[in-house]
Amino acid sequence: MFTALFGSVEQGIIYAIMALGVYLTFRVLDFPDLTVDGSFVTGAATAAAMIVLGYNPIIATLVAIVAGFIAGCMTGLLHTKGKINPLLSGILMMIALYSINLRIMGTTRENATGISNVPLLTQDTLFSQFQNFWSGLGIDTAINDMLRGMGLTIVPSTYGTILVVLVITIAIKFIADWFLKTEVGLAIRATGDNKRMIRSFSANTDSLIILGLGLSNAMVALAGALIAQYSKFADVQMGIGMIVTGLASVIIGEAIFGTKTIMRTTLAIVAGAIIYRIIYALALRIDFLDTGDMKLITAIIVILALVVPQIIDKQKEKKRKAKRIART
Amino acid sequence: MLKLEGINKIFNEGTPDEKVALDNINLHLAPGNFVTIIGSNGAGKSTMMNMISGALTPDFGAVSIDGNDVTRLPEYKRSHFIGRVFQDPMAGTAPSMTIEENLAIAYSRNAKRGLRFGVDKKRREFFKTSLERLGLNLENRLSAKVGLLSGGERQALSLLMATFTKPSILLLDEHTAALDPSRAELITRLTKELVEADHLTTLMVTHNMQQALDLGNRLIMMDKGQIILEVGEDKKPGLTIPDLMAEFERIRGEKMNSDRALLG
Repeated sequence: MFTALFGSVEQGIIYAIMALGVYLTFRVLDFPDLTVDGSFVTGAATAAAMIVLGYNPIIATLVAIVAGFIAGCMTGLLHTKGKINPLLSGILMMIALYSINLRIMGTTRENATGISNVPLLTQDTLFSQFQNFWSGLGIDTAINDMLRGMGLTIVPSTYGTILVVLVITIAIKFIADWFLKTEVGLAIRATGDNKRMIRSFSANTDSLIILGLGLSNAMVALAGALIAQYSKFADVQMGIGMIVTGLASVIIGEAIFGTKTIMRTTLAIVAGAIIYRIIYALALRIDFLDTGDMKLITAIIVILALVVPQIIDKQKEKKRKAKRIART
Repeated sequence: MLKLEGINKIFNEGTPDEKVALDNINLHLAPGNFVTIIGSNGAGKSTMMNMISGALTPDFGAVSIDGNDVTRLPEYKRSHFIGRVFQDPMAGTAPSMTIEENLAIAYSRNAKRGLRFGVDKKRREFFKTSLERLGLNLENRLSAKVGLLSGGERQALSLLMATFTKPSILLLDEHTAALDPSRAELITRLTKELVEADHLTTLMVTHNMQQALDLGNRLIMMDKGQIILEVGEDKKPGLTIPDLMAEFERIRGEKMNSDRALLG
């Protein structure tokens, strides 16, 4: 149980990067961007393919980020220059990316045009490279000896992975916090808030939307690249429902930790993503549920997170009214 | 400073809803002019403002600012030189952002936006002293979200933001119409102070004739897409509401729909 949850936390921290990307579009830009389902896989496929082709995992991850950025910009162009509705722009890009992702993974094999998955079982990844360095330090054994001393029998095999993902995610969180306070960041936030106003202050809303979508999908692709290296494969199906997962993380985080300031909100979203993964792991432990049911559970979590606060508000309102009537 | 030459605009051309919004508009503003514009609904006042701001482009005719032809320049580029306050108090500010963040957006109107902090120590001091001029105690609420402010406070903030960078042209589009009388009075007073302090070239649309007479050094009256009356600096100080009504009757040969124009 402890090790299973430990794995969920590791994954949750990686998915938090994707959730921050979703926050940037859904909340900051007020643009429901469905590109995410495709760009997550683009990140994973690009990183995996490049690693298989012999590139350094760090370079592969950086190229994945660029690929995600380009994908997001394309969605932005469809919306701003092609005047296509935001939802449809995202869906079109998502569908287009499906084929592109097959092609990207196809580069790993001769004579193949598109293939649907790339395993990374024997290749070096960011995590395995760090592990080589980390295991020499002997910290894992020290912590596990301590845990065993406390009576735990099954312990995680390493703490190196969680450290790496934590450092990356926290760095991204702080970069996002900083960016949203810069002049460009303020202009992007105002674009989501009041387009007419920001245009009257000489900002080109089209460019800001394209930039925002690019940055968002760059984050999503980074998460995809890390998940591929973490779980040692990339698969064309791995992005299905990703947008809902991201949205669930954003909603759960905001509901529990609040949205008072930007820094608080981004922290809430990171926490939301981890909590979501834990709920996911716990739900899988229920006997009659199967891995295939997870999309349904994800949908139900999001629906509950959206509907329950409304019901609570209505109940409060009713009580307040009843009190007022009773008083008079 | 601002020149409109032969501006024409027809909406829904070739359909039964065809409407001549602007019919050969010519207007010239010298630096420091403050022109008030009156006219009944559908006279073309707002269309003319949108022509100047770049939200609409004329069918023919030319707009120039500071001697540069800006007729085809999109709104976001033109707003380098144009400050604007809308009728709707919600329109000029970003509600989910704080007062200082809104001011920071206004502050970087003229410069290219980069990756420096929108609000830093030096700017915060400047924002504070600027807000003090409003006398609404907003300088002590810098990190309050603008959505929490009242309509009057938001409009005062919009006005400050629009005049912050001393734009070449200030457009005020019935900016007191959505406020209660005492708030409208406050915004009118602030408008006068801010415009006079920086000698801003200003165009103000209003439905309130008294306001049109009280403010500014020139007045124009519009009807059916045309400028039908221009009162210059020499005549405006002595002008009264009955004078305006009489002028309208003389020019148009019909009585002005005065209730709306007087009270609206």
